[in-house]
Amino acid sequence: MLSTIYALLFYGATILIVVGVAAKIRKYAATPAPLKIPTTPAPTTRGGVVLRMLREVIFFESLFKSNKWIWLFGWMFHMALWLVIIRHLRYTIPGNTPWLLDFLQPFGKYAGFAMVLGLLGLWARRFLVDRVRYISNPSDHLILALLVAIGLSGLTMKFVAHTDVVAVKAFMSGLWTFKINTLPTDPFILIHLTLVLILMIIFPISKLLHAPGVFFSPSRNQVDNPREQRHIAPWAAELEK
Amino acid sequence: MADGDTNIPKLDDPLQVPCIKPGAMEGLQPFLASPEHNKALGFPEELVPDWKEKALAKMKELADKNRAFQVYLDICVKCGACTDKCHYFLGTADPKNMPVARQDLLRSVYRRYFTFAGKYFPWLVGARDLTKEVLDEWYSYYHQCSECRRCSVFCPYGIDTAEITMAARDILDAVGYGMKYSNEIIGKVHTVGNNLGLNPKALAATLEDLEEDIEDETGVSVRLPIDEHGADILLVTPSADFFAEPHIDGLIGYAKVFHQAGVSWTLSSYASEAANFGLFIGNYENMRLVSQRIRKAAKDLGVKRIIFGECGHAWRVAYSFLNTLAGPWDFLDPKYPVPQHILEFTWNEIQQGNLTLDPSRNDHMTVTFHDSCNVARGSRMGDMPGGQFEIPRNVIKAVCNNFVDMDQDTIHESTLCCGGGGGLLTDDLMDLRIKGASPRMTALQKTTEESGVTHMAAICAICKTQFSKVMPKYGYDMDSIVSVHQLVSNAIILDGQETDDDADE
Repeated sequence: MLSTIYALLFYGATILIVVGVAAKIRKYAATPAPLKIPTTPAPTTRGGVVLRMLREVIFFESLFKSNKWIWLFGWMFHMALWLVIIRHLRYTIPGNTPWLLDFLQPFGKYAGFAMVLGLLGLWARRFLVDRVRYISNPSDHLILALLVAIGLSGLTMKFVAHTDVVAVKAFMSGLWTFKINTLPTDPFILIHLTLVLILMIIFPISKLLHAPGVFFSPSRNQVDNPREQRHIAPWAAELEK
Repeated sequence: MADGDTNIPKLDDPLQVPCIKPGAMEGLQPFLASPEHNKALGFPEELVPDWKEKALAKMKELADKNRAFQVYLDICVKCGACTDKCHYFLGTADPKNMPVARQDLLRSVYRRYFTFAGKYFPWLVGARDLTKEVLDEWYSYYHQCSECRRCSVFCPYGIDTAEITMAARDILDAVGYGMKYSNEIIGKVHTVGNNLGLNPKALAATLEDLEEDIEDETGVSVRLPIDEHGADILLVTPSADFFAEPHIDGLIGYAKVFHQAGVSWTLSSYASEAANFGLFIGNYENMRLVSQRIRKAAKDLGVKRIIFGECGHAWRVAYSFLNTLAGPWDFLDPKYPVPQHILEFTWNEIQQGNLTLDPSRNDHMTVTFHDSCNVARGSRMGDMPGGQFEIPRNVIKAVCNNFVDMDQDTIHESTLCCGGGGGLLTDDLMDLRIKGASPRMTALQKTTEESGVTHMAAICAICKTQFSKVMPKYGYDMDSIVSVHQLVSNAIILDGQETDDDADE
């Protein structure tokens, strides 16, 4: 019964995040940028823009220029999150995982701590820095709380109260082929999965949209070539008729 | 106006971050545009009765028409990276002058009406209804942003508060709640052709006077032609260059460079304004109309190339937008970029060795350079990214022996706005202008103490006017701000010019 409920929740949440994010991406892609507004100095070629964007999403270049504390905590959290996600692929992909994933497995284990530490650092700033306190809404605190709780419940299962990870894998990987296997019922796995479900559901309606959104930011993704190449939005071209 | 009672902020460091003082600048509002000013720009004459519906409809329209607006409203994570980057926040400590908080004034309303979370859980995400108080708050704080883009450099997603400010002003104009300074000026450009409302006769007379001045000073006849058909170059320059100090000395500099380079050039009375205040109010249609004047002037006069004078926002619109707004420029000589900056021209002439320069004629000054915000972060000069920083400095160093840069954190892409940009260069905002200038002024004071800097050069009409007004408050003479081409003008020795050395002999 419980397994069925969670299976259905996962299907529902997956549909929401995929459709929701796809709809947002479609909206961003379909909305024209009427003017060339890269923050200069900006790359003068497409290739240069790709590099600029990679530096932004891999190293958080602009954030590094701005504030070393936010950069430290934010970068630590995001990079650790990647390692944690990679670790979790083994629990969700059916069968044996490729050697690279197996190699990265143990890193994800400790990345969990870095992830929580980074989040706590970011959260502390929301209380300690008067400027950041001023701009924080309840939702900003709650998202941090959600992510910290996901991290802590996961770490608890690894280091304190183990769950039957083989059964979890059977449940999660079964979902790919619409097989509902039995999910363990110890509290930490249920809390962990519930929180992840919440995260998936709120993703397309929250600030988590920064993840796909950054790639559509005209100040970062435009080529600095307005004199060489005429740029005009379809609605603006109408004005010329 | 509020001149007398402004407390000049004392900063130990140009970028010293204050503790927030909520409400510090509350209620500050520039004068409202009059019904005639609004009407001339195609806006409702005064606040319309159904302003709420109209404002929300305009917000939706902009979110559909401008990707930046849509994306920037959605993706801010409130990390706080921008909170200490705005010169108005540094100078006023009002938390609503922190870029993210300024965006949130509008984002909160967007969320309330256009997002799931804001519709059903407004308290959770800080969403709020659009009320008259909110509209007034917009009017106040979106006129405390100079659209300088400094915050966008430091945002991990490149969120540009200028885009939000422009959209907010566009919305305000759409409901008949526009600002006097910008709207009145745009009206003048539409009818007369320049911000100052100088008619062709007055312009021609001014230029004649300048020709006489140059001849008196140098003994050489240097022309400042206007409306000359068949000239090669159309010079488009801010109208302040015809009128204000130190701008006018820059105009003399351009004329001398053109003269010495031996090119034929002309000004246009029809397009006698480089600045495009359509940018300030975020209105594409008005920005386009102003730009189209330049296209028409270039066609009518039959020129081959277009060069812009020293003007910051003008250069952003010219470099980044002119091709969009008034292109394509296929009727001009394809050998030259359209448009070019006067500094690109002058630097090229210097490199070619076509100018005789005596930098010692600027020895009475130690000069620093203020990167104008919109040139630094919204445009380029030359072929390489960052040319907008190098070329002006190269030219200054070629004509000046004593050059010192200000703190690295306050120049190039991190440059601080003068405090008067983006449509705020009006006396009814003097208090804000003085406070907003304090980070730049503090950086300047540091170089004066450490390196004996006496003068600051700029390449923007607004910077020049703003500094000549606020520098006295910070212990400098009003003529401590100079045009870059004023330095060129001082150093250049025209063929046949009588110099002091000749007189001594």
